[in-house]
Amino acid sequence: MNDLRYSKDHEYVALEGDVATLGISDYAQSQLGDIVFIELPEVGKKVAKGKEIAVIESVKAASEVYSPVSGEVVEVNPELGETPALVNDDPLGRGWLIKVRVSDPGECASLMDDAAYSSFLKTL
Amino acid sequence: MTELDVATAAPPALSKLPLDAVHRRLGARMAPFAGYDMPLQYEQGIVAETLHTRRRASLFDVSHMGQAILAGARAARALESLTPADLASLSPERTRYTQLLNESGGILDDLLVTRLPGVEERLLLVVNASRKQEDFALIATALPQFDFNPLDRALLALQGPRASAVLGALLPGAEDLPFRGWRAFDFGGAPLFVSRSGYTGEDGFELSLRAEHAEDLARLLLAHEDVAPAGLGARDALRLEAGLPLYGHDLDETTDPVEARLSWSIGKRRRAEGGFPGFERIRNALEQGPSRMRVGLLPQTKAPLREGAQLYASDDQAVGHVTSGGFSPTLQRPIAMGYVASAYAKVGATLSAPLRDKRVDVTVATLPFVPHRYFKPSAEKEAR
Repeated sequence: MNDLRYSKDHEYVALEGDVATLGISDYAQSQLGDIVFIELPEVGKKVAKGKEIAVIESVKAASEVYSPVSGEVVEVNPELGETPALVNDDPLGRGWLIKVRVSDPGECASLMDDAAYSSFLKTL
Repeated sequence: MTELDVATAAPPALSKLPLDAVHRRLGARMAPFAGYDMPLQYEQGIVAETLHTRRRASLFDVSHMGQAILAGARAARALESLTPADLASLSPERTRYTQLLNESGGILDDLLVTRLPGVEERLLLVVNASRKQEDFALIATALPQFDFNPLDRALLALQGPRASAVLGALLPGAEDLPFRGWRAFDFGGAPLFVSRSGYTGEDGFELSLRAEHAEDLARLLLAHEDVAPAGLGARDALRLEAGLPLYGHDLDETTDPVEARLSWSIGKRRRAEGGFPGFERIRNALEQGPSRMRVGLLPQTKAPLREGAQLYASDDQAVGHVTSGGFSPTLQRPIAMGYVASAYAKVGATLSAPLRDKRVDVTVATLPFVPHRYFKPSAEKEAR
């Protein structure tokens, strides 16, 4: 999936049609450390860009995940209930968080592409 | 995401540990703690580092802690004026845990006191990093007739079931030290203080030496196949599993040693004689039972309950709060501790706590969560 777009809060989206797969970046998972619990929204929940959509608990702390896009949750990753560490092991693959039917695909265009996100990380 | 900024923006005024370069070479993620730039975790991560400590042995750099020597005739008796422990009876080369108290019996800090060998009465104190300025000022002011000197030494902790064999191979005799025993060894011509103590619930040692020799010692220990580095994150998980309170979280100036479940550290003679700050409150708490107690808490959910969470009884009455909470790598579940009104501080009592938009059940549990495995000489050895 080369078509990832990143937010400055270290979430990513991968848009296919009008459905965006959403997760956290490899940088974010490495900063969080061992993830032990993830609270995901219910399917059907409306999400707005910039609003909290999930909470990731690492051994040390709870961190909120903000949605980089607006729309409606159509699927949540069923594996994360039992195996939250998938987000550490494979954040861009099996460790995705939710799928959102986006209401405004244009929102993705304002996010960073791979190269821009890499440059952004160097500024941190 | 939030939280991430915390790890990336370290204020410039942080002190560096003597082993700073070693930590960075080992791939540590550093984080500010008590004014020091400390290794939070290494590449293995907090869970693996915690489990390694329980199974083999881990090396922690705790050089941020304060070390000092109080010296002079009857120094132990004098230090009793600030603490509730029986320090006068402390034998040379033995260590005792105690607390510095304020006038109302609240805990200013908790510390380890070791009586050093020799004719002169000298006490080695090890205090929390976050409190060392205040502690040292208090002691120097309260006991001006004694020599009081902070020590500029590194402090490493080697903890875990393999610690004894590893250290014994390097310093023959160290493996025979009793729990809370202390001895000075020679390490390449420099004195190395070895104390059989720690903050993980496992057998282990704390090793104090001049900063310039610390890297050699760390290198030798880490070269052993059973030893891996572990950071502050694992240290916090280990002490919470072991039910050990952390100053600034589970202990502070409002908590007294009785409600903090530290009565065992109050000397028998001291209970009768008093002569320490807050004696009235502490005697009352000992005789009548404290109004609240530090307890273990098991959230009946997969999500950890964090410090600050309020605890409620079934009638919605607020009865306490969480002072430490996290995830236990050993038990693979959330664990916590906190203070609960004595009527509810019974093992098995069910309380509840708000967790985001939900309310979760929390069961009062025995401490420690993971049994202590401190060193006990075998019966065979004791008979000899």
